[in-house]
Order: sequence, then structure tokens, then C-alpha cells
Amino acid sequence: MYERGLKRRLTLALFLGPALIGIGVFLLGPIVASFVLAFTSWDLLTPPRWAGLSNFTRLLADPEVRSALSHTLTFIVLYVPPVMLLGLVVAIALNRNVPGRGLLRAVYFLPVVTSWVAVALVWKWLLNPSYGLLNNLLAVVGVTGPAWLFDPRFAMPAVILTSLWKDVGFVMTILLAGLQNVPEELHEAAAIDGATEFQQTRFVTVPLLAPAIFFALTISLINSFQVFDQVYVMTGGGPAGATTVLIERIVKNAFSYNAMGYAAAMSWALFVLVFATSFVLTRLQRRWSW
Amino acid sequence: MVTRTAPLPLAATPPRRRSFAWKAWLTFGLLILGAAVMLMPFLWMISTSLKPEGAVLALPPRLVPESPTLQAYRDVAQSFPLWRALGNSALVAVLTTLGQLVVASTSGYAFARFHFRGRDALFSLILATLMVPFAVTMTPLFIIVKTLGWTNSLLGLIVPAMFSAFGIFLMRQFFLSLPKELEEAATLDGCSTFGTFARVMLPLSGPALATLGVFAFMASWNNFLWPLLIVSDQNLMTLPLALATLQGVYPGQTQWNLIMAGAVVSVLPMILVFLLAQRWVVAGMTAGSVKG
Repeated sequence: MYERGLKRRLTLALFLGPALIGIGVFLLGPIVASFVLAFTSWDLLTPPRWAGLSNFTRLLADPEVRSALSHTLTFIVLYVPPVMLLGLVVAIALNRNVPGRGLLRAVYFLPVVTSWVAVALVWKWLLNPSYGLLNNLLAVVGVTGPAWLFDPRFAMPAVILTSLWKDVGFVMTILLAGLQNVPEELHEAAAIDGATEFQQTRFVTVPLLAPAIFFALTISLINSFQVFDQVYVMTGGGPAGATTVLIERIVKNAFSYNAMGYAAAMSWALFVLVFATSFVLTRLQRRWSW
Repeated sequence: MVTRTAPLPLAATPPRRRSFAWKAWLTFGLLILGAAVMLMPFLWMISTSLKPEGAVLALPPRLVPESPTLQAYRDVAQSFPLWRALGNSALVAVLTTLGQLVVASTSGYAFARFHFRGRDALFSLILATLMVPFAVTMTPLFIIVKTLGWTNSLLGLIVPAMFSAFGIFLMRQFFLSLPKELEEAATLDGCSTFGTFARVMLPLSGPALATLGVFAFMASWNNFLWPLLIVSDQNLMTLPLALATLQGVYPGQTQWNLIMAGAVVSVLPMILVFLLAQRWVVAGMTAGSVKG
């Protein structure tokens, strides 16, 4: 700025000091520490021992990690495409001049602002096999609903269903913000050229929405790798370990088994997955936009 | 005499006017159906919380309770410090938000306007932390907080959450978008750097502060994993943790009307915040999605 010497330094310290100390102690410090920890073996009681890469080799062979990873990937595969598609459909519909548009947008967004724990409990109750609303509604149509969270085959689908309900509004909101940037003239031009409504959506709206779609997709994927709250509250990883996920394994190893180094290594493996996903998506986006 | 002919139909107006109308109605109908699906769990939650114990497990389930009562709210508060959790949640969310606003606005301003060695490298480093999952920092952070003696204290929930890379990024972006002439004029009038920031820049930052504030408040209000790790004392729990704990408080058959009463208490304040500050909630959610 315009001050000089000591006064300038003091001003700089005033503006940056608190942030740098806090970021250093609570963010950057822990990141560095976690990286070092990943190469040690530490049970909190005895001093950490250097373990080299053994945490990572153990990780690759650990059947529990393997099943947690496969459940997490199952979640991603069955959750991300539907949430993106539903969000897109709702966003396009609510971008039109429908009556009560503002209110409808708010309604679809409502689950997004609700805490995951509350949502998980409400759905746990909705999904109750005998007394829950869902199976009783299905019974009206003559369908015998499954035991949902009590059945290893249906527990993960139930968690995914709940997650879809909660997050459609999030994707919708991101895409609606993107739709504001699609000029109306383009649609008119396409209509004059004889494009049907579907063709307009497919060849005008969606390509112009690409940045917003990639953003929503990236956030959804990054969050899915870290799925935890809903699983913890709804199933606790059960039944019979059918819904254990990566974060749950990391928490368990760090805070129940006191395997600090192993948990740290696991968290860095998660980081690699998240980072690789973001990297690939950014590359794809560059190739896709023109 | 000019003979008038019927106006030629314009090519741009589609001849399928009528089909368009039913399509619009179909869209509207599906949107309403979707909205009903969105609202139903909330109605089910409220309805269950107003049922007396005997009516909760009645078959078929009734959406409108026959004899609505607030008994569940009284019962839950008797066996569990629920109102205390509401107070804790409010206190933690307000203080975390204020802390984030102070830290992010001052440091965001410094990154936007000051020149010092390593500024951009430092900012890139902070920005890079956004890529790091919370699980990575979780364990060392727990050890730091434990060393400071902040486990089982509201301090441990508030202080680490005050430093957000997202907030610094947001505020820096905003200050970069303001013209420099404002500060130059204030400096010429003899304002100190801090005076310029406090009297000229902050009053202009309303939208950015509101966006970050609402976002930070919401994140704090709904946060679960961190409180789960550091708080075990029921009197210090925030609402999400209290709710999750409540699940295991009642032995035997889960008392859903009590759990739902707790859920209503934890959900309603956030819904109110959302309805009052909808614009800023959406702004916070979409920040960074529209690349400038």
C-alpha cells in the first residue's frame, strides 16, 4: 500500500497475521503432519516408528479397505449419474416460465440446507420396513417393499435414494445459475432454423451449460468419495458390513484402533482418488469446451 | 384501394401451438409431483413429532395426527439436553461465522491489494488446501486440539473452523473486483490503510460478507463429523451430534416421535435462515461455479 517501513509491516501483520497463524496451525500444519504420519506406525502410546511404505502396501491388501472402497464406488456409480440427470431436468424445467417458479425452486432446495443427520433419521423412519411411510405406500399399490436398511442387498440403495432426494436441489441450483448465462436469442435462432425443443436443449442449452455441469459433477464426485454422515446415522456400516465406506474406515482406524499412521495413509489414498478425479474432469472439460 | 390479404403465418411461430400447451402442463404437473416428493419427508417428520406415543406405530400410518400434542418435545427435553444443544449450535455457528468474516475479509483484502514477497505463492498454497479432504487433516487436527485442551469444549468446535480457505478466496475475488480509485481517494484524504479498509471497503462488501456469512453459518450448523470426534459430553453437543446420540438413548424400540421432535428442532432454524436469506444461500452454493 502507501505506508512505508515499520508501519507498513505492522499493517501487513495486522491484516494477515491472524489468518496465517490459524491456517498454519489448523490447516497447513495438520496436512504436513498427516503426510509424515502416513509413513509411520503410531498407536498414540509409544513414540511413532518409521514404517516406510508399509502402511500403503498393507492398505492394498486389506480386505476391509477393499470392501469399503467397493461400497464407496458403488455409491458413486449409482448416485452421481442420476443426481446429475435429475438436477438437469429440474433445472431446465424451472428455468421456464412456470407458475410459482420461485417457490418451487425453494422447495427443491429445502433438503440441501437441512443437516444430514436430521435427513438420515427422517429417512430411516420413512424406510422402516413395517411402520414406515414408504413401504405402506408401496403396499397400497400392491408391492411388498423390502426391509431396506435391514437387508444387505437394499441398504446401500436406500442410502443412495436418500442422498438423491437431498442433493437434487444442489445440482439444480448450480445449473440454474449456469442457465442464466444462456442467451434467449440462441434458442430463437435455433427455433427459426427448425430445431425441435429437444434438439434445442441437446444442441444449444447443454453445450453452453458445460462449465456449470462440470462444476456440479466435480463437487458431487468429490463429496461422494467422502460419503459418511448418512451411512453413519442410517446403517452404521451395516447390515453385516454391507455399507462400510472409506471415511468410516479412516475414522475407525484412527479413533477406535489407534492406528494413526495407517489412518493417515488411508486418507492420502483418498486424496489421490479425489485429486485424480478432479484432474481428469478438468482435462475433459478443456477438450470439451470450445 | 388496397386489397387486404390475411397476414402470412410467420415461419417462426410453430404450428403446434396446442401440443405446446399440453407439454407445458405436463412439465408443471411433474414439477408439482417432484415438489410433493421433496416436501413429504418434512411433513412426515413434523407429523410424527406431534403424535402421542401410542399413535406412532399405528397402521396404516396417518399423515395428519388425530390428536396432535407437544408431548414428544417435552419428553425428549426431559431425557436429553436438547434445548442446550440448540443453544450450543447457535453459539458455535454465530461465533464461527463472525470469526470467518473477520479472518477472511482482512486476509482476503491483504491478498488482493498488498504487495509482499511470496504473496501469490502463499495464496496458491492456501487455495490448494481446498482440494484436501477433511479426512486428511482430521487426525493431526484432533491431536492439536487435544493438546490445547479443547476437546469437550465449544472452543474446539469454533476456533479451527474460523480459518477457511474458501472464505479467503471469496473475499479476495470480491476485493479484486472493486476499483482501486476508491482507496486512492481515501488515502489522499489522509486515511490509514486500516481506516480505508474499515470505512471505505467493508461498507461496500455487504454482498460478499452476506454470501460467506450464510455459507459459514450453514456449514457450522450442519457439521457432524468434527463434533463427533471431539465432543462426548452431552451438555456440549451441537444439534446434529445430539440427534445422532439421541438415537441410542432409548433402549428397545426406537421412539420415533421423540427423535422426530429433535429433528424438527434442528431443522426449523436452518429453514428459517434459508427463507430469510435465500439469495445469499444460493450465492454461497454457486460461488466459484460461474467462472469469470
